Amino acid sequence: MTTEVLTEDLSEHNQHHKMTGIKRWLYTTNHKDIGTLYLWFSFIMFLTGGALAMIIRMELFQPGLQIVEPDFFNQLTTVHGLIMVFGAIMPAFTGLANWMLPMMIGAPDMALPRLNNWSFWILPFAFAILIGSFFMESGAPNFGWTFYAPLSTTYSNGSTAFFVFAVHIMGISSIMGAINIVVTIMNLRAPGMTYMKMPLFVWTFFITAYLLIAVMPVLAGVVTMVLTDTYFGTSFFNAAGGGDPVMFQHIFWFFGHPEVYIMILPAFGIVSTTIPTFARKKLFGYSSMVYATASIALLSFIVWAHHMFTTGMPLFGELFFMYCTMLIAVPTGVKVFNWMATMWRGSMTFETPMLFSIAFVILFTIGGFSGLMLALTPVDFQYHDTYFVVAHFHYVLVTGSLFSIYAGAYYWLPKWTGHMYNDVLSKWHFWCSLISVNLLFFPMHFLGLAGMPRRIPDYALQFADFNKWISIGGFAFGLSQLIFLVVVIKCIKGGEKAPAKPWEGAEGLEWTVPSPAPYHTFSTPPKID
Amino acid sequence: MTNQQKTSVVQAPNSKKLVRKLILTVIAMFGFGFALVPLYDVFCDITGLNGKTNESAATYQASGIDSSRMIRVQFISRNAQNIPWRFEPMIREVSVHPGERKVIKFYAKNQSTTNMTAQAVPSVSPGIAAAYFQKIECFCFNQQPLKAQEDVEMALQFYVDPELPTDITTLTLSYTLYDVTQAAGS
Repeated sequence: MTTEVLTEDLSEHNQHHKMTGIKRWLYTTNHKDIGTLYLWFSFIMFLTGGALAMIIRMELFQPGLQIVEPDFFNQLTTVHGLIMVFGAIMPAFTGLANWMLPMMIGAPDMALPRLNNWSFWILPFAFAILIGSFFMESGAPNFGWTFYAPLSTTYSNGSTAFFVFAVHIMGISSIMGAINIVVTIMNLRAPGMTYMKMPLFVWTFFITAYLLIAVMPVLAGVVTMVLTDTYFGTSFFNAAGGGDPVMFQHIFWFFGHPEVYIMILPAFGIVSTTIPTFARKKLFGYSSMVYATASIALLSFIVWAHHMFTTGMPLFGELFFMYCTMLIAVPTGVKVFNWMATMWRGSMTFETPMLFSIAFVILFTIGGFSGLMLALTPVDFQYHDTYFVVAHFHYVLVTGSLFSIYAGAYYWLPKWTGHMYNDVLSKWHFWCSLISVNLLFFPMHFLGLAGMPRRIPDYALQFADFNKWISIGGFAFGLSQLIFLVVVIKCIKGGEKAPAKPWEGAEGLEWTVPSPAPYHTFSTPPKID
Repeated sequence: MTNQQKTSVVQAPNSKKLVRKLILTVIAMFGFGFALVPLYDVFCDITGLNGKTNESAATYQASGIDSSRMIRVQFISRNAQNIPWRFEPMIREVSVHPGERKVIKFYAKNQSTTNMTAQAVPSVSPGIAAAYFQKIECFCFNQQPLKAQEDVEMALQFYVDPELPTDITTLTLSYTLYDVTQAAGS
């Protein structure tokens, strides 16, 4: 009798497992399932956006027009940017948040599980629309991921409506994800976990979610204006009707600059988790890290016009935005020095997550320095719209955000799959990526300083040698990422059994549950002292 | 006890209230995006950003002519999106004392075979001087319809405010002519 009751209970408990095939994934409200979906989706998008970048680098391998038309080249750069920002980096972070946040704060699941399901499942449609526009007569968006008016309005190739609709869906998905994160963190922390006891990973996602809630609606607003300007005869950005195209840039960058921090603050959270683990020391300056993150988030709202120094601003405006931008280097510096202080005299070991984290600290700082150079109004007039800018934002987004995601993925793979990843292959992935990524992006600084403009399919002969090396670095980096795919698949299929806490120095609630993490964790909240 | 029940127990207290607040924030920020449009205009008015000049006629204030200074005022014209009109200032440059009234003319001819309506949009460079360039009468205050092959001389009466900073000695007034036939027709 008792056994019967027990099995009944269990079958009810495990009803999600009983759903088979596609239904399990379509109907799931489990944060771990949804996290997995987000992570796989972002990786597929990363490879898609990467494939576009490979065509870009093939075209730029030598001067002259080889394989694509200039208009198609513009479509490639535009969609590459959109996919990498909204399809790869942001969903990857949301995926990590879904998997790890509830386990880190001792919650049974995300606070709004159905919303969670929806915020994931509308994403593939957004990208189907965006990528599908490649196969339409008008072609994909070709006005750059920043879709400056009048390129996206008066001179649109007809793809604006698809672009706007896709961005709306991506925005709604991000906003729902962010609301879920805020509610989860505010309401579902285990008893005793005060705000200042939360892991820094949780803090950075908390602040990022607020940034998303504040600026994604502004993006929705500006794409709506572009839509009505293009198709419904309004004149927000049309000077003939009393509008102003420069206003587009102001509204866009009011969203765009906080967006930059949306893509880097979670990275700070990840390396603030991995570095203390492998240095076997507590994170140096926890509370200063929290305040630094919050200050970066606040400052991000008053620096947007540093993207627009060449639009003809009053001198006061240029100075204001220059100094505010440079001010961001202070809290960012606090973070970098805190990571260094955490490693200082620590008992460091160099497992793959740590390698990616250290590479993050060094290479992100290089990206930060070139950002500081771009912040200087007088010199920005030379760097504006050159490959120096391309070098800068790829250093912060690829060796910054992406490397931190890899660090996080390797760090938690044993928890997700229950197996250790293949150490040798993962080291190959790291070293190949590290060398090729620098070959890919470092020479871009010199090209930019020498005056090579961005977003062009052809270039002057003197840039030929650097571009050849950049392309070789690009192909090598692209191929290196396939190693990661192999590592993950091997890790899911088998490998050395992972203990509950595979890292000696790791701290946090996620290591108190077995590996792989059971489908439901912390049904009873743990007690935090 | 199932996990679902447990979850609902934990999240019961104030999730709904918080979600409502967050959704309101989202709506407010969407509105804020649109509020930036009028805010931007106000900001431009105050700072003279983008060389936007007064959009309706200024009344001439006889605050005296500063004959110690001479300001060069240059005129340039541009046709947006290849509008098939001839459009140019009849004089390229004038020198005026601050406070002195001046009338100059622009010539426009519709060289197409259809009736069209155009709108000229002015801009002053350097932008900081825009607030000191006062138009008493301007063809840019109204749309200009022209029948096919018709031409017109359009007047601009202006003065430069004597308060103009002394380091500015040259103003450039640029007009861009836009085809607004469709918008004017509907």
